[in-house]
Parts: sequence; structure tokens; C-alpha cells
Amino acid sequence: MRRQLPFVLVFLSGFFMIFQYFVPHQKSEFVYEFLLDWLTIIGGFAMALGIWSLIRVSYDRIKRQRENWGYSVITLTGLFLMMFFGITNWEDGSFGVYIYTAEGLSNSMFVHFFDFILIPIQATMFSLLAFFIASAAYRAFRARSVIASLLLLAALIVMMRFNPIFGAWIETVANWLMNVPNLAAQRAIVIGLGLGMVATALKIILGIERGYMGQG
Amino acid sequence: MDFTTFLWTTLGAFLTLATFSFLYKDNPFYKLAEHLVVGVSAGYFVIIVWHGTMVPNLFQKLADGDWYLLWLNSTQPWYIVPGILGILMWTRFSKKYGWISRWPMALYIGIAAGVAVPLEMSNKVNKQLVATMVDIDWSNFMGAGFFDPFSGMASLLIFIGAVSALIYFFFSKAHTGVFGGVAKLGIWTLMIGFGASFGFTVMARISLFINRLQYLDKNWREAAFDASNPNYSFGFPLVFWLVMALILVYIIWELMAHLKHKNQTSAPQ
Repeated sequence: MRRQLPFVLVFLSGFFMIFQYFVPHQKSEFVYEFLLDWLTIIGGFAMALGIWSLIRVSYDRIKRQRENWGYSVITLTGLFLMMFFGITNWEDGSFGVYIYTAEGLSNSMFVHFFDFILIPIQATMFSLLAFFIASAAYRAFRARSVIASLLLLAALIVMMRFNPIFGAWIETVANWLMNVPNLAAQRAIVIGLGLGMVATALKIILGIERGYMGQG
Repeated sequence: MDFTTFLWTTLGAFLTLATFSFLYKDNPFYKLAEHLVVGVSAGYFVIIVWHGTMVPNLFQKLADGDWYLLWLNSTQPWYIVPGILGILMWTRFSKKYGWISRWPMALYIGIAAGVAVPLEMSNKVNKQLVATMVDIDWSNFMGAGFFDPFSGMASLLIFIGAVSALIYFFFSKAHTGVFGGVAKLGIWTLMIGFGASFGFTVMARISLFINRLQYLDKNWREAAFDASNPNYSFGFPLVFWLVMALILVYIIWELMAHLKHKNQTSAPQ
């Protein structure tokens, strides 16, 4: 019951979803849509596990006054304020709580938190990667062999393509690199990825891959 | 721009600078931005999932039923099943009943894996194969030159490159002889592809970096000193210089801490 039933459920639900793909009938389509709704609903409940875990870890740090516990206060404040703004609205002058309708999404505080806190930090964090991957490339890219030189040369040409010093030819070559050899490589990777995904999915459905069950 | 909007813009600028300060080292400003973004993005995600997924897919489907009848009188009562399964996920918190959470997890994994098999074959494998095996345009073989990406030769090179790269990933046969030669061509194609992708990623990050600098300069600094703004007051530059003063105080504090540490380590024992 504890270990065998989940494998049976995985097999039956997985096999059914593969089978129904080849049944062009309205009822099959209905069940498909219904089961896809299951995924989003169960996923939504699973998200609560993650949020609860975040709250518990942060609260524990504050309660025990561990090192840098003050930052956990900031995390929890940001979390609860964002959730509060997302279900409330007072734009028309009267305060209201809107749990089942989306008025909270147009709450100016919710929008401002998104525009002036979330976007600046996330965009800056991604832009920081420019420095880190450039320094990593400086250490890793060495023209020690033909293939390493190809990698280095392709990267340099694509990075320099909008540089006016080199003229128009570099943009032509960079476009060719992106649209011909890069496209061929990406196609091979995507095909390999697709086959790998199918193989992994089949291993899960057939009960060969059981890592998702965890211990116990 | 009114003063309230400028205060929000200042907050965005301060958080941008706080995040950039990680280039120097991990510091209190960066930690503040880091912990704030964790909380705010988690809260944002909760609201988006709630309003975008849970309400339309579950609660609205059961809305015409009554709770005291367990929504069995609604027009789509079968939506109670995923709701119950979702709640069963929470048994993970219990040591005694945690094993029950494997049932919804198993259904989730099974449905997702079952959906993935035909869709991955269709969307990733078949479509890419069809796009690779196009007719070679022999009448326009050279196109506008060797570097024309739309010529017949480009189509041929894409086909050869993709097939040879796939052969490189085939490890069930030793890479020797003609097979090894084609596999070598495959690794060359892959390395050019990785190089081009890397260069493209670097440029995308640089674009984001330029965007952040433009935000600091155009959106924030210029707004702080824009006397043509009808809402302009002394508060605009005051807020700007307060943030600058805060940064300056931190730099001096760091410098003093550095000098103190240096004196301590260089002092004779």
C-alpha cells in the first residue's frame, strides 16, 4: 500500500496519458484536459509546502536569533506584504479584500512592489552574470586545441558583432554562425534532449526510475 | 514625475546599487536585497498561482456548489478529487502519515510523464527532424555568398552538422574510421554552436547591465535634477544625495575596517 500503490498509480496514469493521445475523440480530449487541470491544482497545493517551508525556516532563525536573523524578518515582511497586497484593493477609496477575484493584481502597491523591488533586483542579478561568465571564460577559454579554438573564435565573433570597428563583415559572419552551425548544434541537442526526456518518462512509467519517491 | 513615483524609483535605484555591490563582496546591502527578493518573489508567485491557477481551475469550477454538501451539488463535482489529492500533499508534514503524500505525487509524476512521451516526440524530435531534412535549393545553392544563411548550401550544412552532432552523441559504437571522422565533424559543429551560444548569452547579460545603468542615469539621476518637472521640489535632489551619502558612509566604514584589519595583521607580535 505504501510503496506499491504509488507505482501502480504512476503506471496507470502515465500509460493512460500516452494512450489517449492517439484517441481522437471528444471524451478522450475531455479527460486529457481534466487531468491537465489536476496537474496545476496539485502543483498549487504543493507550492504551499514550499511557502510553509520558507516561513518555518525564517521563523526558526528569528526565534533562535541565529546569525543574520534580521534578514529573515525582511524576507517574511516581503512575503506577507506581497500576499496581502495581492488580495486587497483600495484604489476606488474603499478598502476591500478580494480572495476569489483578481482586483488585487491591480493594487498599486502590488504593482509597485513588482516594478520597483522585484524587477530591479532580478534584472541586476542577471546582469551580474555578465561579469561572472566573462571572468569564468577568461580562465576557461584557452586555444589549446582545434575544438577549443573553434569555441573561442565563435564566441569572440558573436560578442564583437555589433562593434563598429570591425565593419559589416563581422555581423555577416556572426549571423551565419548563429543561423547555420549553431542551428545545427542546437537541433542535435534538442533532438537528443527530446529522446532523453521520452526515455526518462518511460523509465518512470515502467517503474525503473523511482528516485522521485524519496526514502522510506 | 510626482514625488511618490520618484521615491519608488529611488527604491529601485537603491536596490540596483545594493545588488551591484556584490561585485565588491557580500555585504549588508546585498544581503538586504537578496532576502527581500526571496520574500517578495515568493509572495508574488503565491498570488499569481492563486489567481491564475487555483481560483479558475478549482474554486470557480466548484463555486456553484455548497460547502456543507462538500460541493457535490456543483455542476463539476469531480474537481473535488484533485482538491483532495492536493490536500493529501500536506500530509508530508506528518511523520506518521507522510507516506500518503506519495499518492498525489505519483499521480502528478505519472500524468506529467505520460503527457511528455507523445509531446516530446512530436514537438522536439519530429519537428526538428522535419525542419532539418528540407529540400536543398540547388538553383540558389551559393545564395548571396558563403555566409548567406538562407542558401541551399546553408541547408546542406545544417543537415550535415545536425546529423554529425547526433552521431557524436551515439556512444554504442566506437568512434573510429569513417564513423569517428563524422563524429569529429559533429564535435566541431557542437563547439562552434556552444561558442556562439556563449557569446550570445554574454551579450544578453551586457544588454541587461546597460539597461540597469540607464535606469540609474536616466530614470533616477536625471529625474532627481529635472527642474522642468512641474512637480519638482527640493525633496528630489535631497533624496538622491541621501542615498549617495549612505553609500559614501558605507565606503568609509569599509575602508576604516580594512585599515584597522591591516594594522592589526601588520603589528609586531
